[in-house]
Amino acid sequence: MLDTRTDDGPGTPRAGGTAGAAAQATPVPPDVATLRVTAKTLLAEGVLALDLAAPGGGRLRDWTPGSHIDLTLPNGMTRQYSLCGDRWDPSTYRVGVLREQVGRGGSAYVHDELAVGDLVGVGGPRNNFPLVPAERYLFVAGGIGITPLLPMIGQAELLGADWRLLYGGRQRASMAFLDDLAAYGDRVEVRPQEEFGLLDLAGFLGEPDPDARVYCCGPAPLLAALEAATSGWPPHAVRTERFVAAGTGAPVRTTPFEVELARTGLTVTVEPGVSVLDAVATAGVEVLSSCRQGICGTCECGVLAGEPDHRDSLLDDAERAAGDTMYICVSRSCSDRLVLDL
Amino acid sequence: MTATLDPGSTLPTDDVDPFAHEVLEDPLPMQAALREAGPMVYLSRYEVYAFARYEQVHAALVDWQGFQSAAGVGLSNFRHEKPWRPPSLLLEADPPRHDAPRRVLTKVLSPRALRRLRDGWAADAEALVDEVLSSGTEFDAVPDLTSAFPLRVFPDAVGLPPQGRENLLPYGDHAFNAFGPANDLVAKGAPRVAELSGWVAEQCRRESLATEGFGADIWAASDRGDITPEMAPLVVRSLLTAGVDTTVHGLSAVLYAFATHPEQWQRLREQPSLARMAFDEAVRWESPVQTFFRTATTDVRVGEHVVPDGSKILMFLGAANRDPRRWADPDAFDLSRDPSGHVGFGMGIHQCAGQHVARLEVEAILTALARRVRSIELAGPTVRHHNNTLRAWKSIPVRVQLA
Repeated sequence: MLDTRTDDGPGTPRAGGTAGAAAQATPVPPDVATLRVTAKTLLAEGVLALDLAAPGGGRLRDWTPGSHIDLTLPNGMTRQYSLCGDRWDPSTYRVGVLREQVGRGGSAYVHDELAVGDLVGVGGPRNNFPLVPAERYLFVAGGIGITPLLPMIGQAELLGADWRLLYGGRQRASMAFLDDLAAYGDRVEVRPQEEFGLLDLAGFLGEPDPDARVYCCGPAPLLAALEAATSGWPPHAVRTERFVAAGTGAPVRTTPFEVELARTGLTVTVEPGVSVLDAVATAGVEVLSSCRQGICGTCECGVLAGEPDHRDSLLDDAERAAGDTMYICVSRSCSDRLVLDL
Repeated sequence: MTATLDPGSTLPTDDVDPFAHEVLEDPLPMQAALREAGPMVYLSRYEVYAFARYEQVHAALVDWQGFQSAAGVGLSNFRHEKPWRPPSLLLEADPPRHDAPRRVLTKVLSPRALRRLRDGWAADAEALVDEVLSSGTEFDAVPDLTSAFPLRVFPDAVGLPPQGRENLLPYGDHAFNAFGPANDLVAKGAPRVAELSGWVAEQCRRESLATEGFGADIWAASDRGDITPEMAPLVVRSLLTAGVDTTVHGLSAVLYAFATHPEQWQRLREQPSLARMAFDEAVRWESPVQTFFRTATTDVRVGEHVVPDGSKILMFLGAANRDPRRWADPDAFDLSRDPSGHVGFGMGIHQCAGQHVARLEVEAILTALARRVRSIELAGPTVRHHNNTLRAWKSIPVRVQLA
């Protein structure tokens, strides 16, 4: 697993506080964050919330509604979870985790093994499911798909937008956040399948509305049904995210890898606890960086060969798949060797 | 007013005017005094709280929850005062309103998106340097190079029509003055505000902009619903306000640095790939954007003291970038230093969205100059341009020897 430590947490001043000459030489901890589980709360049957914080406290990277993080569990598995906490609390991430009946063990590990106090590796946050401005939002959640929509609902409230939520699940007892949502009154329709049958999407959505945006997250059959029900809506009005808890899991190396600097002719070995940026700098090749959190883009490097393990918040899925660029302050390697345009 | 939290600890107070002409001419002594006075200083003249040390400036920049931008990033408090123009959706907005415009602009100005400009800008820089050098080896770097180049490439990249581009610098100059107090610099710009604002607003319309460029990309984002059509012109306006003066003065800063540090110029000539590093070192060293304000959203504790809810804080980016607590030998312009982490572009969710554009422009000019010019030195007295926010130049006469 990722065993790097950022005890002061991202976003706090680095290398500060030590007067004078040593300031520049102070090693900067890599920002492949290791966070501690600070709470594990049962939300509903088979659904729990994990709260994560930096071991020494401090700010975590900022996020926006719809963002997810990669969680690398102590058993080496990596899973993606949507952030569903309060972005105004900079010291805590909250994710909801459903125990997958047919999963490959990631969610079962979280439910059965992961304990308060354990350390987990965290990549991101990244947002492929951003909330766009609109006068009216129609939110559709299936089961644990409620998690990215919760902070969106909070924002819609803050902005004074008109919004409604249709929330389905197998049975009421397994549907999380019902207490929180109850406060919103009849803006929220809770429709457990065992009481109401399949969701009445057509009835909820109504006629296509050019001022509305439809956000949906849930299992594949729900997304397929939503796509069918919104075929008459304008392009870009409907935004969906597949729930990815049982996803493939990005391979994250726990072993060193080599980085070849094509223009310089050097080859550098990157140890697990060292960022590519620092490894390259130690070898005498300075690369400009700024945020050291994969959010500003200053340290972008072209990738000539090899497969980057993207851990930034900048590239979208297509750009990640292209694999021709990476942000070396946080991103690492899936392959034994990377060739960078440096 | 200067309430203290812990008994026996009084908040240092200073009546200095950071926007007085003698300070704008040379802000370094004031910055040093404020840094030494403590982590936080009360500026009695404007009733604001000031941070001049790196640690507090960095912490305030990233703490958007505690120190908001939507009440204005200048002295004027939008909670009580009407802004001189509709607030920026980026600079003068907090989450969640800030999210979508920021996301769109970041994408439009991302390093990936800029790649298509690199070769053209390199050729433009070569051409401009050739033009300047063909008319003599003594010239004024500010009009001839550092404002000429951004004005040559940036408006094209945005997609502005050719007419009226001379309005960009006066508009930007006034916008940056307006972050300060209502002093003579603001009064100087006032007569043209309506005319210049009108011109800028006109350029932000879809119909005014070329079909390709940053402006068109922003409007295309509104077609996709990523921002609303009402937001698009204001996002374009952010480009026009923040994208010209800052780059001009950043470029001036790096050329002045080289003209006064011949050994560093030799380094750059030997290793032209240091051009990017040189620019960021110059942004650290001169900090073209010297100051920005925030407003406390609640009582925010800073060390032993409290910034009261609703009060303005003034962050001295330039002072932080020369804080000896963070930087070894901070007053030296030194290409062997890693300037990463400077706050000259800000930090956190409002960090300069156009920084990669500026880096690309400066890299193009420095690379072209390094190829043609063996040495560069001052050929006469330099003249500062005073602005409430920017550390700026009016004239940098230089003499060069050709390679």
